[in-house]
Amino acid sequence: MSRSRGTAAVNVSEAAPMFAALGDATRLKLLGRLSVDGPLSITRLSEGTKVTRQAIARHLYVLGDAGLLRHARRGREQVWSLDLKRLEKARQYVDQVAAQWDAAAERLRAYVEDR
Amino acid sequence: MTAHTETTHDKASTDRIEKRVVLQAPRSRVWRAIANVEEFGAWFNARFEGEFTEGATVRGRITQPGYEHIELELQLVRIEPERYFAYRWHPGAIDPGVDYSAEPTTLVEFTLEDVDAGTAVTIVESGFDKIPLTRRAEAFRLNDRGWDAESKNLERYVA
Repeated sequence: MSRSRGTAAVNVSEAAPMFAALGDATRLKLLGRLSVDGPLSITRLSEGTKVTRQAIARHLYVLGDAGLLRHARRGREQVWSLDLKRLEKARQYVDQVAAQWDAAAERLRAYVEDR
Repeated sequence: MTAHTETTHDKASTDRIEKRVVLQAPRSRVWRAIANVEEFGAWFNARFEGEFTEGATVRGRITQPGYEHIELELQLVRIEPERYFAYRWHPGAIDPGVDYSAEPTTLVEFTLEDVDAGTAVTIVESGFDKIPLTRRAEAFRLNDRGWDAESKNLERYVA
C-alpha cells in the first residue's frame, strides 16, 4: 500500500486463500486443463500424469475451497469445472494497483498544474 | 483539469499496467516533479532520504496519516533527463516485520513527451507475475482494508 488508491473499491476478503491455492504448479496445470477440456472427472484428470488420483483429488479440493472450482455429480463420478466468476478475482490485484496509479497520476496532475 | 487518465492494462494480463495522462504543464516542470526527490514525495505522499541518481537506492516513508509505518525503497534504474525515469521496488511491501529484499521487484517507468496540450506522461509498472502470489494476496487484503480512509484523502486532493 505504498500508493493511494483510486475509485475502484473491491471487496475481496476471500481473495487470500485463492492466491495461495494458485501458488502450486500442479494446481495451475489442473486449472489449465479444466479451462480447455472441463468439466472433467478425477479419473480423466489423472490420466497421463504421474500424480496419483488421491493427490489430484486433494489439489482439486484446495482449488474448490478457494472458490476456483466447482464440482457436480455425474452418475457415479464427480466432475470438476472452473468457477469463472471467482477466477476473475485473480485479476483484481492488478486492477487495484492500476487504481492506485490513477490516484497518484491525479495527484501529480494537481501538483504540476495548480501551482 | 480537462485531460483524462487512461488505463490500458490488458485484461488478460496480470503482469503489467500502463497509464497515460496528459498534464497541462511544460515538460521541464513535469520532469522536476518526478525526478526531484522532494517534489516526487510531495505528490506521492512520501518523504525520502537521499537523491534520485541512477543506480542509487533511496529509502523513504509514506507521509499519509495512518500509513507512516510504511517504508519504501526505490532502486533507481535509469534516468534520462526530461524523458525517462525508471525504478524498481517491492510493490505492497507494507509489513515492517517482513524482509522483502530477497523477493522480486516490479519495474516502474515514467516516460515524458511533448503534446499540444502540455506533457504526456506514460506510467508503466510491470513484473507482477514474478511477485509471490501470497504477497499479492496480502497486499490486496490490506489495501482493501485501508480503502475508506484513503478515498477521503484523495477527495481532498482532487476536489
